[in-house]
Amino acid sequence: MLTAYGYIAIFLVIAIGFGIVPLIISLRERQTRPDPVKLSTYECGVETIGPTWVQFRVGFYLYALVFVIFDVETVFLYPWAVAYGKLGLYALVEMFVFVLLLAVGLAYAWRKRALVWK
Amino acid sequence: MDVINNIFLIGRQIIATVLGFFLPLPVVDAVIAIISMALVLGFAAVTMMGQVYVERRVLGFMQDRKGPNRVGPFGLLQIIADAIKLLTKEDIMPSRVDRMVFRLAPIVVVATALLIWAVVPLGRGMIIADLNIGILYVISISSVGVLGFLMAGWSSNNKYALLGSMRAAAQMVSYEIPLVLSIIGIIMLTGSLSTVSIVNAQAGLWFVIWQPLGFVIYFISAVAEINRSPFDLVEGESEIVAGYFIEYSGMRFALFYLGEYISAFAMSAIATTLFLGGWQGPILPPYIWFVIKAWAVFIVLIWIRATLPRLRVDQLMGLAWKVLIPLALINIFVTAVVLVPLFQSVAK
Repeated sequence: MLTAYGYIAIFLVIAIGFGIVPLIISLRERQTRPDPVKLSTYECGVETIGPTWVQFRVGFYLYALVFVIFDVETVFLYPWAVAYGKLGLYALVEMFVFVLLLAVGLAYAWRKRALVWK
Repeated sequence: MDVINNIFLIGRQIIATVLGFFLPLPVVDAVIAIISMALVLGFAAVTMMGQVYVERRVLGFMQDRKGPNRVGPFGLLQIIADAIKLLTKEDIMPSRVDRMVFRLAPIVVVATALLIWAVVPLGRGMIIADLNIGILYVISISSVGVLGFLMAGWSSNNKYALLGSMRAAAQMVSYEIPLVLSIIGIIMLTGSLSTVSIVNAQAGLWFVIWQPLGFVIYFISAVAEINRSPFDLVEGESEIVAGYFIEYSGMRFALFYLGEYISAFAMSAIATTLFLGGWQGPILPPYIWFVIKAWAVFIVLIWIRATLPRLRVDQLMGLAWKVLIPLALINIFVTAVVLVPLFQSVAK
């Protein structure tokens, strides 16, 4: 098993190289003639107003919160799913209770209009 | 026939035997692994070029026009011409960007798209690393992909780019949950997370027969995960002018496209592996079957792009949270109560 992860590590290096090599090739081939206008931020020709890195809408954060809850749920469901065939009824009831709790959570978020995109 | 079916395995055996004469066993294994990685990489690269060509041609015919047909026979060399153009184009790095993150983002996108290929079985025994948590690996790698989009959007210091990347994050995060939930049914049926055993379990019937709802949920959320039309709000050229890669040009811009196509095909390959029986099939060699099935899924992606208009943001989020997730949960229950006992009795 450990060797499999070793292969993944090697493949990671190769995959990163796959992204870097064309950049290196183009470094030799491309031309570079920068000027201030060309290097300005492109916002459809209008000059940019104010900073870009500002506080962002809270709506995104709500989605992120609900996502984290469900993502943790799925992490718990995966080992359960692998063992389900052997565990039978007990596993079924246990998972039923677990998912029910989360479904109530989803219903609550739905009811509180956290899932409405404004 | 048997020789053609197993040509890659035989080749590997021959190389291993020859190298085994003058190298220790672990080194031979590593060399073999690196050769197969190079083959997979080449396959991904050639497929990517094919994808760009086929997408433009098929989309052209679907929209009652011709598509690229001037460079080379049937426009086949168009992609080469494009590659040369992109390599020689000026690479503009605007003065206000965060340089380090700006440089890293396209590489992260390409690398994560490629890494999925490590656990895709391209044929019998043709896999780089048969992880026993293969599916979990695919999911975690594809969620790292979001990071690349966020990095690109944030570092560009451009309002459209930031908007695009925030949309990308919200969308990919929302659709990841139905995607992950839709696969659980398959894991319950096979009792394993390894992609190889999932394909082996489909020797009789494909899982799309056992999990039709799971397949539909998987397909919709996967299309959203790879930001393809009709879920391409992330790019939304008419509103946020290409979104997160608005400030990118030249080869860096091309890398984003590369990553997009590679992950689109990786998604088709995973759909093939999970639901369409992977490399299983009669008469033709297994690796040919795999390529045929994965291409069929990709052609459906093109078809969808030509057919459906782009969704609105609220429709997009509503579909994920209010339709797909409840359906996926129902699918898990039905699978647990009805299908697993049925599947096990059929298997016996």
